[in-house]
Amino acid sequence: MNFKKKAALALMGTALAATTLVASAVTLRVGNQGDALSLDPHSLNESLQLTVVGNVYEPLVTRDRSYKLAPSLATDWKQTAPTVWRFNLRKGVEFHDGTPFTADDVIFSYERAKGDGSDMKSYVGQIKEIKKIDDHTIDFVLNNPFPILPEQFTQWHMMSKKWCETNQATKPVDRRKGIENAASFRANGTGPFRVRERQPNVRTTFSRNGSYWGKIDGNVDEVIFNVIGNDSTRVAALLSGEIDVMEPVPVQDVPRIKAAPALQVLQGPELRVIFLGMDQKRDELLFSSVKGKNPFKDKRVRQAFYQAIDIEAIKSRVMRGAATPVAILFPPQVKGFAPDLAKRLPFDVEAAKKLMADAGYGAGFELKMNCPNDRYVNDGEICQAVAANLSRIGVKINLEAETKGTYFPKILRRDTSFYMLGWTASTVDAHAVLYPIMSTPGEGGRGQFNLGAYSNTRVDELTNLIASETDDKKRTEMIREALKIHQDDVGHLPLHQQAINWATKKNIELVQWPDNGMPWKFVKLNK
Amino acid sequence: MRSALFRFWDGDVGYSFRTSPVAMAAAAVALICIFCSVFAGFVAPHNPFDLTTLELSDARLPPAWSDGGSSKYLLGTDDQGRDILSALMYGARISLAVGFASVVLSVVIGVGLGLLAGFYGGWIDAALMRLCDVMLSFPAILVALLIAGVGRALFPNAQDSLALGVLIISITLTGWVQYARTVRGSTLVERSKEYVQAARVTGVTPLRIMRRHVLPNVMGPVLVLATIQVATAIITEATLSFLGVGAPPTSPSLGTLIRVGNDYLFSGEWWITVFPGVMLVTISLSVNLLGDWLRDALNPRLR
Repeated sequence: MNFKKKAALALMGTALAATTLVASAVTLRVGNQGDALSLDPHSLNESLQLTVVGNVYEPLVTRDRSYKLAPSLATDWKQTAPTVWRFNLRKGVEFHDGTPFTADDVIFSYERAKGDGSDMKSYVGQIKEIKKIDDHTIDFVLNNPFPILPEQFTQWHMMSKKWCETNQATKPVDRRKGIENAASFRANGTGPFRVRERQPNVRTTFSRNGSYWGKIDGNVDEVIFNVIGNDSTRVAALLSGEIDVMEPVPVQDVPRIKAAPALQVLQGPELRVIFLGMDQKRDELLFSSVKGKNPFKDKRVRQAFYQAIDIEAIKSRVMRGAATPVAILFPPQVKGFAPDLAKRLPFDVEAAKKLMADAGYGAGFELKMNCPNDRYVNDGEICQAVAANLSRIGVKINLEAETKGTYFPKILRRDTSFYMLGWTASTVDAHAVLYPIMSTPGEGGRGQFNLGAYSNTRVDELTNLIASETDDKKRTEMIREALKIHQDDVGHLPLHQQAINWATKKNIELVQWPDNGMPWKFVKLNK
Repeated sequence: MRSALFRFWDGDVGYSFRTSPVAMAAAAVALICIFCSVFAGFVAPHNPFDLTTLELSDARLPPAWSDGGSSKYLLGTDDQGRDILSALMYGARISLAVGFASVVLSVVIGVGLGLLAGFYGGWIDAALMRLCDVMLSFPAILVALLIAGVGRALFPNAQDSLALGVLIISITLTGWVQYARTVRGSTLVERSKEYVQAARVTGVTPLRIMRRHVLPNVMGPVLVLATIQVATAIITEATLSFLGVGAPPTSPSLGTLIRVGNDYLFSGEWWITVFPGVMLVTISLSVNLLGDWLRDALNPRLR
C-alpha cells in the first residue's frame, strides 16, 4: 500500500466517523426574521432578544410548559414581611465555564441590570436593597409591597460575576451609544444551551449543556439559529427542508404551509400589542414641518390621528385577519384588563379632519414616522397603510422603515417624533405596561419605554398604588382608572394584538409561549 | 434641427437603422416606455404616489382578466392598494431618471478623467488608472451598497429626494471607471497621430486640443458604452432598491416593486412582482439592443 492510498483511506475513515457523529446528533435548525442584537441579557428588553438569550442564561424564576411560574435558579421564595422577600437559591448549579452559581452572582446581576446602559431597569426598579444571608439565601428589600415580584423576575437573567469581571463586561452592552463588549458575542450562563459559534445577523450555533442542573425534556443536541430576513426566502427554506422551524410565518403564506403534507402551522394569540407613540415632550418636534410648537401636545391632534387610522382595513388586508384590533395597550389575557374600555374610538376621517382643523392644523403638516421592517408581523406594511390613512387628514408622512438593528437604538435614544412599538406584558400583569409604557419617564426604569414621554401625574400615582396594592378588587379598579385616563388622553395609538404564527415540520414537538418565546429545552424531534 | 435629423436619417447610421428591424423595434419599445414614464401623470390611470388616493380595501386585487379582478385596475393592485399599471409607469420614471442621470454624470467624470490620463500620461495617468483598478476590483453593486449605506448614515434625515440623490451618486461612482478606461485607450492612440502633433506644434493649448481634436474622435465607443450603461444603471438601481437601500417604499421604483411583490410569490399573488419584472426586462432589453446596434453601426469595419 503506497502512501497515497493510505492517506486516502485515512481520509475516508475520518469522513465516515464525522458523518456518523453528525448523524447521531439531533440538530434543530431555526429560521427567524431577525437576530438577537447581542447576547447580553441586560442590553435590550425585546422579546426575541430575551427568548434567544433565555436558552443560555436563566432567571431566578421561570415559566413552565403552560406558562405558569416555576422555580429556576431559585428553588423557592416567600414573603417574610410585606416588603421583604426571601429567595432560596439552587445549590450545585454551575455556569458554563464551571464557576458555581452563588448569591454573589445574583447581587452582581442586580447591580448590572439596574446600572448604566441596562434596558432591564424596570424589572429590578422596585428593589431597595439586597441582602445576602448566606451563599444560597438572599433577601430582597423593596420600596413598597410588590406582589408580582416573582413574575417580574422571570425576565431578569443571572450572569456570572467572575466571568463578567475577567471579560470586562461588568456594564451592559448599550447599542444606543454603540457600546459593545465581550458579552455581545460570547455568553456564560447556567442555561440548558451554550453558545458555540456566533455570527451576528447570520447564524448562531448553540449546543446542549451536558452538565445542566435540571432535566432537559427535549432531545435536541444542537440548535442552529439562522437569520433569514426576507419573508419568502424563509418560507422557501422551510419548504425545501433547509430549516425545521420558522418564525414568524408571513400571514400570506399560512394557507400554503398548512397545505404542505410534512409541515404544520402553530398559531396562538400573542401577549404583544402593537401601537404607535408620539413625542409629547419636546417643545418642537425633531422631525416635522411644524416649527416652534409640538402638535402632539394637543390632544385633538392625537385623537385625529387615532380616528384617521382604518384599523379594520389593516386587519383584513395587511394582516389577513391574523390580528385583533385593541383599544388598550395590553390584550384580554393580561391581568387587569378592563372589558368596558375595549372599544376603540370609531374610524372617522371627517371627525378627524375636524379635530385637525379645530387644533389649527386644517392644512396638515409633514411628519417623519419611524418604523421597523423586520420586527413585527408586516410592520412596514402597517406603517405604509397608516401613512396612507393619515394623508387623508393632510398629514404627509415621510416613512422611514428600517431594520431593527438600527431602528431600536434610534428610538430608544428618543430620536423620533412618531414611532411604532410592540409591547408584551411579560409578567402577564397590567403593571408591566403601566410602569414602563404609560408612566412619566424617571428613575428605576419608570417610563423607560414611554419613548414619547406621555405624562399624567394621576396615572403615575395610580401606577405606584397598583404596584403595592394586594387587594385584588381595589387593584383592578385602580388599573381601570389609569387605563381610562390614558385612553381619554390618547396617550398612545393602540393598533392590534398580533397572532403568533410559527411553522415547523410535523415531526417536531415544541412549546409556544404566549410571549412568543421558544424554549429549546422542550423541543423534541421525532424520527 | 430638421436638417440634422434628415442628415442622420440619410447618413450611414440612419441607413443601418432603417435596415435593422431589431433596432427599429427596440427603439419603438424604448420610446413607448420612456413616453409612458415621462408623461405618467397624464397616461397613468391612478397616481400611486398620492397616498390619499390609496384604498387599502382594494389591496392585492388580481389583474382585470382573472377572477376577482376589477376593471379599475388593469394589472391588479399591490399590498397597499396601488394600481400596478400606474405604479409601473411612475416606478419606471424613477428608474429611468436615476439611470439617465447617473450615466450622464459618469460620462462627464469618466470622459474627463480618461482624457486627462491619456493625454498627459505620466503620474496623472498612473494615479488615475490605479484608482480605476481599485474601483474595478470591487463588484459594482458592493461599492454602490457601501456608498448608499454611508450616504444614509451621513444624512439620517434624508427625505425621498435625497435618497434618489444617494442612488445616483452611488451608481455614478461605480460607473465612471469604464468610460475613463475606454477614453484613455483611445486618447493614447489619438495623441500620437499627426493632426494632434500638428496642433501642438502650432501652439494650441492642451485643453483645446483635448476638447476640439481628441474628444470628437473618441466619442464613438463612449456613445455605445453609455447606451448599454443606461440599462446596467437601471438594473443596478433595481438591485439596490430590491435590497432595500434604494427608493423609499412610499414612492417605489421598479426594484422596490419587485421586492415588495417577491414576498407574495408563494401565496399566489404573482402579479405584484411579475409585471414590474417584465417591465424591467423590457426596458433594459430594448436599450441593450439599441446599444448593440449602435456598436455595429459605428464600427467602420462592419460597415
